[in-house]
Amino acid sequence: MTVTTSANGTTTANVSAATASAAASAAATAEATGPQSLTMAKALNTAMADAMRNDPSVLVFGEDVGMLGGVFRITDGLMAEFGEQRCFDTPLAESGIVGMAVGMAINGMRPAIEMQFDAFAYPAFEQIVSHVAKMHNRTKGKLKMPMVIRVPYAGGIGGVEHHCDSSESYYAHTAGLKVYTPATVADGYRMLREAIDSDDPVMFMEPKKLYWSKDQVDLGALRAEHDAGTSTEGRAAVARPGTDATLIAYGPSVPTALAAAAAAAEEGRSLEVIDVRTLVPFDDETVCASVRKTGRAVVIAEAHGFASVSSEIVARVQERAFHYLAAPILRVTGFDVPFPSPKLEHYYLPSVDRILDAVDDLQWED
Amino acid sequence: MTIHADHSAPETAVDDSAADVRTKFGISVEDYMLPARHQIQMVNPDGTLRSQDEQGTEPGHEYPTPGDAELMAAYEQLVVGRRVNDQNSALVRQGRMAVYPSSHGQEACQVAAAMCLSEGDWLFPTYRDAVAVMTRGVDPVEVMTIFRGDWHGGYDPTEHKVGIQCTPLTTQLLHAVGVAHAAKLRGENTVVMAMCGDGATSEGDFHEALNFAAVFHLPVIFFVQNNKYAISVPLSHQSVAPSLAHKAVGYGMAGERVDGNDLVALLAVMDRAVKLARDGSGPLLIEAHTYRMQAHTNADDATRYRPDSEVAEWQAKDPLARMKSYLTDKGLLDAAASERITSHAEAVATQLREGLGEDVPVQPLDLFKYVFAKQTPQLKEQSELLASELARAESANGTDNSGTESAK
Ligand SMILES: Cc1ncc(C[n+]2csc(CCOP(=O)(O)OP(=O)(O)O)c2C)c(N)n1
Ligand SMILES: [Mg+2]
Repeated sequence: MTVTTSANGTTTANVSAATASAAASAAATAEATGPQSLTMAKALNTAMADAMRNDPSVLVFGEDVGMLGGVFRITDGLMAEFGEQRCFDTPLAESGIVGMAVGMAINGMRPAIEMQFDAFAYPAFEQIVSHVAKMHNRTKGKLKMPMVIRVPYAGGIGGVEHHCDSSESYYAHTAGLKVYTPATVADGYRMLREAIDSDDPVMFMEPKKLYWSKDQVDLGALRAEHDAGTSTEGRAAVARPGTDATLIAYGPSVPTALAAAAAAAEEGRSLEVIDVRTLVPFDDETVCASVRKTGRAVVIAEAHGFASVSSEIVARVQERAFHYLAAPILRVTGFDVPFPSPKLEHYYLPSVDRILDAVDDLQWED
Repeated sequence: MTIHADHSAPETAVDDSAADVRTKFGISVEDYMLPARHQIQMVNPDGTLRSQDEQGTEPGHEYPTPGDAELMAAYEQLVVGRRVNDQNSALVRQGRMAVYPSSHGQEACQVAAAMCLSEGDWLFPTYRDAVAVMTRGVDPVEVMTIFRGDWHGGYDPTEHKVGIQCTPLTTQLLHAVGVAHAAKLRGENTVVMAMCGDGATSEGDFHEALNFAAVFHLPVIFFVQNNKYAISVPLSHQSVAPSLAHKAVGYGMAGERVDGNDLVALLAVMDRAVKLARDGSGPLLIEAHTYRMQAHTNADDATRYRPDSEVAEWQAKDPLARMKSYLTDKGLLDAAASERITSHAEAVATQLREGLGEDVPVQPLDLFKYVFAKQTPQLKEQSELLASELARAESANGTDNSGTESAK
């Protein structure tokens, strides 16, 4: 006997119906114009579909991304619309997925691949650090690495072990990788389109807890923006303007920072919230302009604080805006402990209260 | 007996291992390493015993039927395992457990993997192997703590020599190899059972583990539960080898495949593998053909990728019904025994329900307690920060159970 199971030949009625309906709904979203309520998941899904329609060299592959549409359904309907040549499941091996993507990028393709979870990307670390990040450099630009590695990351979903990790600092620390992380539905679309267009390798960090967050977005307008070549790379956003202190956040921490700013406003304190958007390249200008204006800052990140993106932000801002500071820049980050179990998670993650405590500590009496 | 391949000097190599195999089984080394042409099966799905002929015994692949006492003990664990699987799925539906990757349908594999081992042996399980861990003797409530979400583990691996239930696929196989290697260096006669799924055989660590075990000639049994899927991905996307058991020969070890829903055959094959490994055969690879009857976990929707008819087909091959009718026909299982076993299973289920139903307070400060054997100043500082937050929250609530908060 062979290992080919009967299941493969008999992917029958109910199964293909599910994918067909997913494709139909993807097409419906694609046609809609004007503002509509969309989840981050759908925005990412639409960005990939649009990119695949635009450019036949864009490929999507990974674990469970085909028929299932990904465990978070971010690739839902792509196999049905673009076929198994362009969206497919690989054998279960992350190093294999990234390594094969390197070869494909060498040979004219633009892979947009999925790591199933943050902590399951680690078998691919060698390929990412040793090749994805260095190929352009080693070949003096003769070989480009136009690939996107999508990573669902960070906490807030009550995930069991290895299903919640804040791995952005590993990638940001690696020279040669760009690191994007969207915090809004519209940015989900914008930034993923730009990442796929990019000739540089992009680690695309998707905050899991925001997949089902909703917003009113106008896909038609976003597509027009994309076609006009508008870029978010290296451009932080002012998510909420304020005057008294700056909260610097990214990805999953942006909504927490906004909630803290709203709470502070009730107590008469005006906090500006900066959404960093791309960790690499980093927007020194927007961030420092805000801190020069307010004179006080708190950096917020879910990841462990030690030797992290948050420590990098503090270092850069004090190097550039020292004389404007009324207080040391503080951080609210995950503790330096392994990402905790579901029941302990909320003690670990930055909370509104912890952020407000930090703001209170910014030497207001000085 | 050492089995190895020496490609550089086939003529001059001291190949007494191969000679051993040839004498022992009267076959070539290749034939010893290659799995039998069919999966080993002893009891039909309807519970009738297959004749020696039907078993299609090949030289080197003969398996004596396990003894009655072993069969009855294993059946009891099978019933308990099924009850626990279904109990846990119910607890997940009720929101009392965060997640449970059920081995419903695979319980025969679970039971055999644990029961073939002796006390001093080790077991390295995956997330799906909770029933094997329980069968090994670990307290059921401690096993399930990880799935309730209190902590990323619940039992002491050293107590019953069971590794942590491992989620990063196949990483545990190398730990199994390491434990076996250390045992060898320490002069201990330890066999190590290393478990993984069909999809996991695609991971690099699977291949590294097999090769290490073979090169260092270690008593590790790699036990692959081929339940046909890795979440949604069917086996045909993982491998086009004739079988997963065939992978053994490429590393220089023996492979075998067995009906994973036939507890009798499983015990026979596993018992022999353990004996061979203990006697110095080096590692072995066993592939069990089974089926994951439920979704990957409660978070998964299996109807998106497999037809109900396929599930129904496997329902007819249920390991429990098969074993029950086999033992009944054999006159080993009567009404009284059956009742005793059922009430044992009920008792375990009750223990679990009560143990997991309790609103056990989690200890937030435990976050800092077990990061290092020797605490660092930085963690001490962070621990104090959390403690002061908790103290403030408590005084605001007018309670005083320092450092303890009820699970949310
Ligand atoms: C390194 C790694 N990648 C991905 C995952 C996510 N994941 C968990 S279980 C699973 C499928 C495993 O299938 P298989 O090995 O056949 O075992 P089964 O779940 O069927 O028992 C996947 C992809 C993981 N746990 N570890
Ligand atoms: Mg499987």
